[in-house]
Amino acid sequence: MTYLKFGIAVLLFGAAPFFLASFHISLLTEILILAIFALSLNILVGYTGLVSLGHAAFFGAGAYAAGLIGQHVSAEIITTLLGGVLVSFMLALVVGIFCMKVNGFYFLMLTLAFSQMIYSFIYQSTTWTGGSNGLTGIPTPSLLGLELSNIVWVFYVTAILFLLLYAGISIFVKSPFGRVLVGIKENETRLKSMGYNTKIYRYVAFVISGTLGGLSGVLFTYFNGFIAPTNVYWTMSGTVLIMVLIGGAGTMIGPVLGAALIVILETVIATYTDMWMLLLGVIFIFFVIFLPEGIYGVWQRSTRKWLKGKIPQPELKKVDREKVS
Amino acid sequence: MSTRSILEVNHINKRFGGLEILKDISFQVQPGERIGIIGPNGAGKTTFFNLLTGDLTPSQGTITYQGKDVTDEPNYQRTRRGIVRTFQKNNLLDNLTVLDNLLLVLQRKHGLKNTWFRVRNEKNYEALYEEAEELLETWGLYPVSNKIVKNLSYGEQRQIEIMLGIATDPEILLLDEPTAGMSQTETDEIVRLLDDLPKDLTIMIVEHDLDVIFGLAERILVLHEGYIMNDDTPETIRHDARVNDIYMGKKGVS
Ligand SMILES: Nc1ncnc2c1ncn2[C@@H]1O[C@H](COP(=O)(O)OP(=O)(O)OP(=O)(O)O)[C@@H](O)[C@H]1O
Ligand SMILES: [Mg+2]
Repeated sequence: MTYLKFGIAVLLFGAAPFFLASFHISLLTEILILAIFALSLNILVGYTGLVSLGHAAFFGAGAYAAGLIGQHVSAEIITTLLGGVLVSFMLALVVGIFCMKVNGFYFLMLTLAFSQMIYSFIYQSTTWTGGSNGLTGIPTPSLLGLELSNIVWVFYVTAILFLLLYAGISIFVKSPFGRVLVGIKENETRLKSMGYNTKIYRYVAFVISGTLGGLSGVLFTYFNGFIAPTNVYWTMSGTVLIMVLIGGAGTMIGPVLGAALIVILETVIATYTDMWMLLLGVIFIFFVIFLPEGIYGVWQRSTRKWLKGKIPQPELKKVDREKVS
Repeated sequence: MSTRSILEVNHINKRFGGLEILKDISFQVQPGERIGIIGPNGAGKTTFFNLLTGDLTPSQGTITYQGKDVTDEPNYQRTRRGIVRTFQKNNLLDNLTVLDNLLLVLQRKHGLKNTWFRVRNEKNYEALYEEAEELLETWGLYPVSNKIVKNLSYGEQRQIEIMLGIATDPEILLLDEPTAGMSQTETDEIVRLLDDLPKDLTIMIVEHDLDVIFGLAERILVLHEGYIMNDDTPETIRHDARVNDIYMGKKGVS
C-alpha cells in the first residue's frame, strides 16, 4: 500500500511537467521546497513537542551558504547542496547545545533569539551577503556540468529530494528512535523514568530538524536565484510554524498540506493586496479557533465518518481478532 | 555495613526551602528484601522515593547502590542500573496506546532505542512484540492493548503504571501506593501479581492499605517527622503502641 502510494507520487511528479504550464511547475516547486522546510520543523514541533520560532535560521544558513559556495567555489549542485547542508548541520550542532537545555516557552524564546542573531549577522555582513540588498548574482546551478536553467530541472531535483525525505522521515518517526521522540512530547518525566536520557534525544531531533531545514534553504536558492535577509527573519520562522500547525502537526502529510495552502494563498492574494502578513495572521487565528486539529485532522475526521469501520490499523493485529469473539 | 546490601542510605536530609521534610534517614536494604514504608500523609514517603530514583537530590547524605555512590546520578542512569519506580499518581503517556507505552520500556532493554530507520512493528521486531504480548497477558491488559491510555478506567491505568515498572527489569522496585484508589477486587489482583514476582527482586512499597503492606512486606519502616521511627517486622509494628498512636489510630489511613 505504502509502496503503491509512493509509486503513484513518483509517476505524478515525473509526469507533471508534461501537462502543467511552467508557472504551475514553478508554484509546485515552491510548495515542495517549503513543504520540506515544514516537514523538518514538524520533527521538532509535531513529534518531539518543541515549538521553535527560529527555524528560519537554518533555512537562511543553508540558502546563504549554497549561494556563496555557488558564487565563490562551484555552482555544481553536489557541492552547493553538501556545503549548504553541512553549514546548517554545524549551526544546529552549536545552537542545539543551548536549546536542548530548556523546554516550552524558554525553548521558543531561545530559538527566536538565536535566529535573530543569525539574521543580524547576515544583515550586517554586507561584503559577503549583500546585507539588506540580499545576495544577488548567484550562478545558475548545474548538475555534472549541465546548467539547470529550466525550472523543470529544478523541479525534478526538488521533487526527488522531497520524495526521499518524505519517505525517510515517515520511517524515522515510526522507528524506535522516533517513538522515543513522541514519548518525550507526551511525557518527558516518564521517559526519563524509563531510562532514557531525553536531553540527547531532543538534541538529535534538533540537529536533524535544523539540517533538513538547511536543505530546504539550499533548494530555495536554486529555485529563486536570489536570497533576501527576510528569508531569515522571524516572520519566516512564524510562517513555517503556521504551515505545520494549520496542516496538522505530528502527522506526515499535514505540513505538506499546510505549505501548499499558504503558498497558493500567498500567490493568489499577493496579486490583489500587499497585506499578506495580516491575512496570514487571520487565517492562523481562524484555524486555531475553529480547526485546531489542522487540515489533515479535518480530513481524517470526515473520511472516518465516510469509511466507518475502516479506522487506522491497530498495532497488535491479533488482539483485535480475539476481541471480536 | 554489610557488603551484601544492595542499597545503603546514609544520613539523608531533604529540605524544600525552609521546610525540612526528611531530617536524618539511614538504613540498608538486602537483596531480595520486601520492605514496607508507612507514615502519615505528608511524612515524606514519596519524597524519599524521589531521592532514591534521582528525581530529586538530597540536601545532605549519600545513597549507595550496589557499592556505588549514586547520589548525584540522574534518574535515567539509575533506572538503567535497576532502580525503578512506579508513581503514586498515574504518570503515563496518556495519548498513546497501552502497547506503545509498554514498547517504549521494552525497546530500550532490547537495545533498539537508537534504531532510526526501521519501522517499529510486529514484523521487524518480533522478539520485542512477543515480550510485550506476554506482559500484557500477565497483567490482564491484552484486550486493551490498542486502546489509548487516557480512555481507560483509573484501575486499568493503575495496572499499566505497575506493569511499566516491572517491564523495566528492576533490581529494586519502588512501588508508591500501587493500589491507591483501586477497588477491592482490583487490589487483590495487584497483590496476587506482586506476590508472583521473582523472589530475588528487591521491593520497597509505600502503602496506606495496611492489609496490602502486611501481606507483602517482611520488614516495615515507619517514617515520622523526618526520621525512621521504627524499623521492624510487621508483627512488632502491628503491636507498637507509638505506631498505633500516630499512624493507625488516625484518620486519613484508608
Ligand atoms: N517539590 C516540592 N517542593 C516543596 N514541597 C514539597 C515538594 N514535594 C513534596 N513537598 C512537601 O513535602 C511533604 C512530603 O510530601 P510527600 O509527597 O513526600 O509525602 P508522602 O509521605 O508521600 O504523603 P502521601 O501519603 O500523601 O503520599 C509535603 O508536605 C509536601 O507538600
Ligand atoms: Mg506520597
